[in-house]
Amino acid sequence: MKRTPLYELHKELGARLVPFAGYEMPVQYPTGILVEHAHTRRAAGLFDVSHMGQVRLTAKPGHNAAKALETLVPGDIAGLKPGEQRYTQFTNDAGGILDDLMVTSTGDHLLLVINAACKDDDLAHLQKHLSDACEIEPMFSRGLLALQGPQAAQALARLVPAVATMKFMTGAFFTIDGAQCYVTRSGYTGGDGYEISTPADATDRIARKLLTQPEVKPVGLGARDSLRLEAGLCLYGHDIDTTTTPVEAVLLWSVGKERRVQGGFPGAAVVQKQIAEGASRKRVGILPEGKAIAREGAEIVIGGKVVGKVTSGGFAPGLERAIAMGYVEKAQSANGTKVELMVRGKPVPAEIVPMPFVKHAYYRG
Amino acid sequence: MADVKYTEEHEWISIEGDVGTIGISAYAQEQLGDVVFVDVPQAGRKVAKGESVAVVESVKAASDIYAPASGEVVEANAALADTPGEVNTDPTGKGWFFKMKLADKSELDGLMDQAAYEAFVKGLG
Repeated sequence: MKRTPLYELHKELGARLVPFAGYEMPVQYPTGILVEHAHTRRAAGLFDVSHMGQVRLTAKPGHNAAKALETLVPGDIAGLKPGEQRYTQFTNDAGGILDDLMVTSTGDHLLLVINAACKDDDLAHLQKHLSDACEIEPMFSRGLLALQGPQAAQALARLVPAVATMKFMTGAFFTIDGAQCYVTRSGYTGGDGYEISTPADATDRIARKLLTQPEVKPVGLGARDSLRLEAGLCLYGHDIDTTTTPVEAVLLWSVGKERRVQGGFPGAAVVQKQIAEGASRKRVGILPEGKAIAREGAEIVIGGKVVGKVTSGGFAPGLERAIAMGYVEKAQSANGTKVELMVRGKPVPAEIVPMPFVKHAYYRG
Repeated sequence: MADVKYTEEHEWISIEGDVGTIGISAYAQEQLGDVVFVDVPQAGRKVAKGESVAVVESVKAASDIYAPASGEVVEANAALADTPGEVNTDPTGKGWFFKMKLADKSELDGLMDQAAYEAFVKGLG
């Protein structure tokens, strides 16, 4: 089992460590998921996401790294100005999603953040297809800290004043406590916040420094999941995978406008056909009545007929009720459609609703 | 004075006469984390030993609660609908799940007493 640079800190803080994507990761601290979730929505939560993969792409002479990466993803990467960040997906030839990722241009390089469980496959994929055009440097030992919540900016700005005016989905290099870090204003909670890429040996001391800020408390993977579900964000391997396309997953907003027309990414023909004719199914938000929680795998039923499955479901601490997302047939996907979710063999009345469940609060300047 | 026994599934049963009250141990609630919903059985339901009769939902996952013996549910803890967190704060008191009339008390003979259960938990590391 692998450990992140914060393993000792997690133990000191009394975290419950669980295996996750090959790492011993904190699912929660002694405060518990509900308190950690609420704290992140009210103040600032510090998450260790060092298990995620960081990769640096650098163009080889005569090549363009953004153009090269665009052969693997449908996002508009060539259009990224230095300091801009974008969300995109690695697709396969059927238009399915191999992984989802964040891409930031530093001007000289592209910095990729990929999912922990996919990182070895993603790296092999990059090496197979981009080696002629790019230097591909896995930086899997680096730390990655997410500082999330409405008070994240004031807490981090005490250490690095310039982060206060950064806009959502931008990034820049900063020196924190003597270490060169790359900071982006982004996250996975639907709220304001930052992700801070740190040299491995500086991760622990930067995390401790952040935890001494009065706004900041440590938050585990349990609350990370409940926060992202409230925000309607996809979890790879659950809400998106090789059997779902960006169109079906309602991620078309992340597919570049020109790229929809021009293609040039794996599965482009499938995606373009779905854009033109509509996909046969769609990812939707679902609000169950009452208190029962429909979890991943629960069948979505209309009039006794199964029309889809829940891909993520749980308790939303911010709403004090159960929420879910899943895929349903296109014809049944309109907001307000009444469905039933099968929970332990019993139908629970529910309704298809717009996402996010909790309004996004990104800082756009 | 009620006699309290424990199962290997970390449930406790407090026995008074031929009625048992069932809940989960302090260790179990700590392992589950914050409890957000408890699906308790209807009074009158006949249950067999080992049958899943209630479900406790934490933020992370759902866990079954099994009948430690055969019999009939006589009362469920309705208060848990509004205050599921009592399973965390008072697992062996206000956090009880249901009471059942025991068909055959000898079915409880194999269960652990307090000392044996504490040793069992210790053995789990």
